Amino acid sequence: MILLRLFWEFFKTGLFAVGGGMATLPFLYDMSTRTGWFTQAKLADMIAVSESTPGPIGVNMATYVGFETAGIPGAVTATLGLICPSIIIILIIARVLKQFRENKTVDAAFYGLRPCSVALIAAAGMLVAKITFLNPEALTTGNGIAGYAGLFRWKAIALAAVLLVATRRIKPLKKLHPIVFIAASAVIGILFSF
Amino acid sequence: MKLLSLFLSFAKVGVMTFGGGYAMIPILEREIVDRQGWASSEELMDYYAVGQCTPGVIAVNTATFIGYKVGGIAGGIIATLGVVFPSLVIITLIAGILTNFADIPAVKSAFSAVRVCVCVLIFNSVLKLWKGAVKDKGALVLFLLVFVLSVFFDISPVVFVLLCAASGIVLTRMGVRGK
Repeated sequence: MILLRLFWEFFKTGLFAVGGGMATLPFLYDMSTRTGWFTQAKLADMIAVSESTPGPIGVNMATYVGFETAGIPGAVTATLGLICPSIIIILIIARVLKQFRENKTVDAAFYGLRPCSVALIAAAGMLVAKITFLNPEALTTGNGIAGYAGLFRWKAIALAAVLLVATRRIKPLKKLHPIVFIAASAVIGILFSF
Repeated sequence: MKLLSLFLSFAKVGVMTFGGGYAMIPILEREIVDRQGWASSEELMDYYAVGQCTPGVIAVNTATFIGYKVGGIAGGIIATLGVVFPSLVIITLIAGILTNFADIPAVKSAFSAVRVCVCVLIFNSVLKLWKGAVKDKGALVLFLLVFVLSVFFDISPVVFVLLCAASGIVLTRMGVRGK
């Protein structure tokens, strides 16, 4: 039964996630809250592994979630679920490629879909950021001002600032593959016991 | 024979692609255009552009396109299975290993910091996508509506996708687009 549900959940993801790998993130986030198959913290770890291993991110994440949920059969099922809608849709479009590219209604739909996709990824990113940078437990301990300071994970915020500058402002670093920053972060995490 | 070489070629593309998206273009170019001659550079770009604006993972969509061109429906399916095959093997191995080491304090520390990096990477890809997606007021309104509603309410992304595709058509018909 779990395999059938996995297939269905990833079929939906493959059908509605428009705009590449990261576009699957909001669907995985939604899946985690609805099914409880994996936690949101685990989801962030899975993104990291998917970014730093060969293969398209969307496929890697599906395989990972599937494996976490139901072992190797789960990994295969989730991946097949994800690619099924693509195969069907592309096989249909491949016959009418030219008309599809020039169709005004398709183009108009994408005018609306593109901002939607970015907003969904941004919103899912916010939720990953919440568990990364905040300590919600700090508020319930009732330590007053000290409690509020404890709300933030300061080490994480400092690292984010460094990474933002490195990935956006420093020319020789900007071009590096994300795997470099992920590996560097892992080392920093161990050295400064995050 | 053709199906086997489709599978192997796309498995190779899958192994050599890190991250997907644009990172895949030079690798596809070398394997599909130069080595196998299955498509021209222009065709590849066309497939890529359509693959980007149809649902699903871009790498998978592009593989299905080229596979279909080379070997019909069976080719489309085989090429797609080829491109996901390395992910299945590699991720399953890593996930299996990580599950056994997840409780070690050093591993926990490493992943807490890696999560920070993931946030920064998501932020960067949002900025990049934003440039191509939000070019006028109509698109900005859609962005803000979807962002606020999905942060504060528990609504399935499917609902947003369907509503925004419809809004795109309506806004374009109304002549709001480009203003």
